[in-house]
Amino acid sequence: MSTPNGLLNRTSADVLTTKRRVLQPLRALKRYRWYYLMMVPGIAYYLIYHYWPMAGLLIAFKKYNILGGIWGSPWVGLDNFRELFNTPDFFRLIKNTLVISLYRILFNMVPDVMLALILNELRVKWFKKWVQTITYGPYFLSWVIVYGLVFAFFAPEAGLVTTWMRDSGMQSIDFLTNKDLFRPMLIITDIWKSTGFGAIIYLAALAAINQELYEAAVVDGAGRWRQMWHITLPGIREVFILLLILRIGHILDAGFDQVYIFLNSRVLETGDIIDTWVFRRGIEQLDYSVAAAVGLFKSVIGFLLVISANKLSKKVGGSGIW
Amino acid sequence: MSFVKHRSTSDRIVDFILYAIMTVFCLATLFPLYYVLVMSLTPYAEVMRNGGFVIFPTKLTLEAYRTIFDSARIPQAIKITIFITVVGTFLNLLVTTLLAYPLSKKFLPGRGIVLMGIVFTMLFSGGLIPLYLTVKATGLLNSLWALIIPGLVSSFNMLIMKTYFENLPQEVEEAARVDGCGEVQTLWRIVLPLSLPIMATLGLFYGVTHWNAYFGGIMYLTDPKLQPIQVVLRSMIQTPSVSSELQVNTTVLDALPPETIKMATVVVATLPIIAVYPFLQRYFIRGMLIGAIKG
Repeated sequence: MSTPNGLLNRTSADVLTTKRRVLQPLRALKRYRWYYLMMVPGIAYYLIYHYWPMAGLLIAFKKYNILGGIWGSPWVGLDNFRELFNTPDFFRLIKNTLVISLYRILFNMVPDVMLALILNELRVKWFKKWVQTITYGPYFLSWVIVYGLVFAFFAPEAGLVTTWMRDSGMQSIDFLTNKDLFRPMLIITDIWKSTGFGAIIYLAALAAINQELYEAAVVDGAGRWRQMWHITLPGIREVFILLLILRIGHILDAGFDQVYIFLNSRVLETGDIIDTWVFRRGIEQLDYSVAAAVGLFKSVIGFLLVISANKLSKKVGGSGIW
Repeated sequence: MSFVKHRSTSDRIVDFILYAIMTVFCLATLFPLYYVLVMSLTPYAEVMRNGGFVIFPTKLTLEAYRTIFDSARIPQAIKITIFITVVGTFLNLLVTTLLAYPLSKKFLPGRGIVLMGIVFTMLFSGGLIPLYLTVKATGLLNSLWALIIPGLVSSFNMLIMKTYFENLPQEVEEAARVDGCGEVQTLWRIVLPLSLPIMATLGLFYGVTHWNAYFGGIMYLTDPKLQPIQVVLRSMIQTPSVSSELQVNTTVLDALPPETIKMATVVVATLPIIAVYPFLQRYFIRGMLIGAIKG
């Protein structure tokens, strides 16, 4: 504040800034040492289990052998990618992944919105609460358990549906190994498992709508449908578009957890996705290099998609994901 | 809300349809769970008498559960899963907190770089194979730590926790500092007691993830003694007979159809989730909304 200080600053300003540039980080390091120490385990975790694997992607450009490991194996350039694009498997994988993803977008987002809209119309409080509690429960069950439930209904010998079909003289179908039924099974079980939970976010958006809008609409003589069309639906439009764009950004993630459990050798033609193929080729057949090349392909495309999705959502909805 | 009371006939019809749809949807959600429970409890004789399936049993038996718990494999798998859930959740919370707390301090130099580094891992990853090779290189193959350490921090949960810390009243922390508390003490004595809701939420998130985990078991563990319950359940469902999976005497199993035993295992693997669900649900909704807003 005082004049001497100001004078000092002006006369030796250059010296001070250089000094500050060198000393400040060191001083911060000392001053906040406890904060930095706290972060050590977490940062070490990210470096070892996230950044090291990124460096490990180099094996996509090498011919992996066990003796050499990642670093000692010989370089092969783009050979693994060439092999990949030349297998007929590859296009089937891309197609399955995209189709299953698109089905999920279409058949999961719409039920989510519909459930939220219906819940929003229910006036009996206790009923609404029960419906919510019951419908989002299955979200917390693992896919293995859901497969167990599917098995109880569709097992070839003793499933409820299978037995019922046999008893009523219909031709029995093996639901679990039928390639035409694989995708519908995925989608239906996904609806069963996650619709209740998916509705929550729309319910939050609905709760944020100004109630006066509805009252004004009633005064203007709008019925239930017009209220829904002109107030409710626009109220959730932004959330819907944001989620839609996000999902498109993740279109190469067709749901490994679920697909892996439901998959079997008879339904590979319609059910094998990039992730499950990588698992089989890499972990089961030990062909690390080609499997990693597919993984890299997927990661890069996925990264670009998510980045562009975010840009797009900023343009459309005004708010991005970050 | 006066407009609610005046309802036309068509309004009543719409309401009736909506309530009916919701009732059906709820029953469709509950029925599979109920059916599996019934399957696991109905005696074989009654199943046979009814031509393969029973919806309202007249007799119940715990035989299938007795078989499961007498087997070598299931109790072992449950023990493994409990260990992973308890130890894993504790370590998850510990490391997540230690990372989120400093990152919630906006004045901390270097905070931005660390945050960017973490967010980047949410967008780009090495993928399955390099991760597997890393786990192998760090010596975790065929060790239970392989189910805990590679998933030590969930970036999403960490960001939720960081946001929570940022919204705590800073004055309380500053007062503690004036009274001579160090950073660690402030975190332990002041911040943690104020953070019980978020700790409970994320603890439940992490806990459910561990209980439901099967993928790590398939990928990193070849020793059957180490497999968690979900992995055992999956291989049980996929094999026609269960005797090899259970490692029990086959004569015991003759009395019970394999389906009954499979369903009893499904119930056992589901029960802990159903038991904690009433406690979870309120927290989960709040946690999910925070995440959705701040994502």
